[in-house]
Amino acid sequence: MPAMNTSSLPDLIFSMLFFFMMVTTMREVTLKVQFRAPQGTELEKLEKKSLVTFIYVGAPTKELQKKFGAETRVQLNDKYAEPADVQDYATQARMDMKEEDQPFMTVSLKIDQDTKMGVVTDIKQALRKAYALKINYSATLRQ
Amino acid sequence: MAKKGMPELNTSSTADISFMLLIFFLITTSMATDRGLARQLPPPPDPNQKQDDDQNKVKERNVLKIRMNSQDYLMCGDEFISVLQLKDKVKEFIKNVDDNPNWPEKHPANIPLIGEVMVTSKHVISVQNDRGSSYRAYFEVQNEVVRAYNELRDELAKSQFHKKSYAECTKEEQKAIREYYPQKISEAEPKSYGGH
Repeated sequence: MPAMNTSSLPDLIFSMLFFFMMVTTMREVTLKVQFRAPQGTELEKLEKKSLVTFIYVGAPTKELQKKFGAETRVQLNDKYAEPADVQDYATQARMDMKEEDQPFMTVSLKIDQDTKMGVVTDIKQALRKAYALKINYSATLRQ
Repeated sequence: MAKKGMPELNTSSTADISFMLLIFFLITTSMATDRGLARQLPPPPDPNQKQDDDQNKVKERNVLKIRMNSQDYLMCGDEFISVLQLKDKVKEFIKNVDDNPNWPEKHPANIPLIGEVMVTSKHVISVQNDRGSSYRAYFEVQNEVVRAYNELRDELAKSQFHKKSYAECTKEEQKAIREYYPQKISEAEPKSYGGH
């Protein structure tokens, strides 16, 4: 049998690689909470990743539950935090942005659907105090 | 020298290298585009401002109160409703076709492209929830209210500009529609409601 010509294989793989590099985005933090986003119909896409700050709320992941319990936690960057820390976090996130981008700062709230509103309200109040007024309730599209 | 020119570079491992790169990107990136319900929070309350400023007072008839207790029961005005009814209630309230005295007052406005019309732009949809309500229920309420607005705007886009939807209108038309149906959803200062 003559060997199959595989000289174009690297090109094929490279084009696949470029495709994936373009359509995907880097995952920035490791999730320490598990959440299932609520479902909605009137959703908008979150544009411009550089303008977005994320706040995760939910119960700790399975492995971490042994250590931290199953109580709802707030995750900022890679750490658990209290709702009171959100104000500093949002202010800091704005300071880290380019000056011309600061008015467009958006906070994406990734909150588990079984969370009690108490925590959510505390976070919202903290964001108001930090003047991070554009928020986005992360959700999945209802089919 | 060499008769056959340069020896060819062995490229058989390029495929393996690029495979490895591909797998690295597959693992570290995520495909899903983020979607969500965009909302605007009010600025923090000004401590110097008096609580009952006459200018800030909204007339009773202009406010549609949506309240939720810790059991996720929903009240719109003063009747219990399900979340499925909410959208139509909100639409009815904002439109106020028959000039109902309990619904928002109408006043004339001159909107470019639409002209002289009666609008209910002083209305406010107020959403209030208990600390014990679930986020899912809260989100559904927000979603339904936004849906009511979007449907109203689509209807206006159809009747006024003969477009299929609000999204298909031009910038100026969208602005006129937004002026006709401004989105006014207030999130009241949090309170603890009872309810068992």
